[in-house]
Amino acid sequence: MKNDARIKIAQRIGSEVAAKHAADVDKNARFPTEAIEALKQEKLLSALVPTELGGMGMEIAELTALCTALGQHCAATAMVFAMHQIQVACIVRHGLGSPYFRSYCQALVEKQMLIASVTSEVGVGGDTRSSVCAVEVADGRFTLNKDATTISYGAHADDLLVTCRRDANAARSDQVMVLLRKGQFQLEQSSQWDTLGMRGTCSPGFKLTSSGAAEQIVPGAFADSSSQTMVPYSHILWSGLWLGIATDAVARAANFVRADARRNPGVTPPTALRLAEVSNTLQLMRSNVQAVSRECEELQKSAEGNESLLTIGFALKMNNLKISSSTLMVQVVHQSLLICGIMGYKNDSKFSLGRHLRDSHSAQLMVGNDRIYAKSASMLLVYKDE
Amino acid sequence: MTIVNDIRSILKDHGRLSVDTATLAEDADLYQAGLTSHASVNVMLALEGQFDVEFPDRMLKRGVFGSIASIRDAIAELTAA
Repeated sequence: MKNDARIKIAQRIGSEVAAKHAADVDKNARFPTEAIEALKQEKLLSALVPTELGGMGMEIAELTALCTALGQHCAATAMVFAMHQIQVACIVRHGLGSPYFRSYCQALVEKQMLIASVTSEVGVGGDTRSSVCAVEVADGRFTLNKDATTISYGAHADDLLVTCRRDANAARSDQVMVLLRKGQFQLEQSSQWDTLGMRGTCSPGFKLTSSGAAEQIVPGAFADSSSQTMVPYSHILWSGLWLGIATDAVARAANFVRADARRNPGVTPPTALRLAEVSNTLQLMRSNVQAVSRECEELQKSAEGNESLLTIGFALKMNNLKISSSTLMVQVVHQSLLICGIMGYKNDSKFSLGRHLRDSHSAQLMVGNDRIYAKSASMLLVYKDE
Repeated sequence: MTIVNDIRSILKDHGRLSVDTATLAEDADLYQAGLTSHASVNVMLALEGQFDVEFPDRMLKRGVFGSIASIRDAIAELTAA
């Protein structure tokens, strides 16, 4: 299948399925079941699985475009899709040396399991590179319990990918990832998810208990898979779906301006100037997302490139992408709202931007931008940008 | 091996390790000993100050600061030039 064919499928699922239920998903803070089911039907949950294991072998630039296409219609659908892909990326890029994970990927192609991420934990202050809980292995079996502050779509996921300390004596930053299969874990919900936006991601806290076979521990250190995969895939795919939210906001503003212009041909509406302004910001955001996504894809193609994903220079680039996309999106949605005026402010108008505005404000908080700035500030003390 | 002693001393002051740096094996994994990315930046700064060198960007990655031996090699490379 050619690349644009797969983007067209995502666009179709976005406009025909996700868009139809987006308001209800948002209003009732419910999981976007229909759109995720449609993505499963098209085998898109295994898009990143290599072709030799039956998947599409999709790369990150195309996947980013898919997230944008979904984000234009339902941010919650796009976020669930993106977060699942981040988990698959960690498995595909770090686990395939293991027969267990190769066969898991084949099962993923066949059964389209949805994987949720369990990185958050009570007591680590939001730092994904620290864990309190530890996996304990004895006689080829592990036990793993975690008090997670948030698990997005935890109650709707088939499988979980969990970070934890390597063993009971390991330092907090000495982590591994463990894949938990359906039936091997129990989740006891410990808080609610009634939020301003991104309501359909259904992300309350859970107490997790689990046990399984030791081969379900992803080979290698999470320190490496975090730098080489989890962080870049998160920031790039999130930025991709945020670009989708911003794109739809501008599309609504443009429709509003055109409708105004049609009423009085020959007179450029005053809002057209604001549209020109927001179009400029949107292009800045789009160019940045696409450039970083393509650069990451290129680097992944060589051993030397993959090694460079571990450098401070690359980490800074990812931080800058996340900060700029999450900030520009809010600007773009706000500018679009000023164009649409009261028609954008109303919830029952086709120019409504309330959901976009609420969803967009999540971006600067999910991994708080100040936390990211603090890490960049520290890295810039030694980085020379030669 | 005064370079190694200086490295041990810097790790003791800035590495926030969970083990005794004086007896740590030269090839022991510092990250497993509790070195975080934040602490590693402070170690880098202290090394640059102590040895009057600047780590080029290509060296600013986990592997280079992963053990006393790998830090020693990096310092040796920079001071030989």
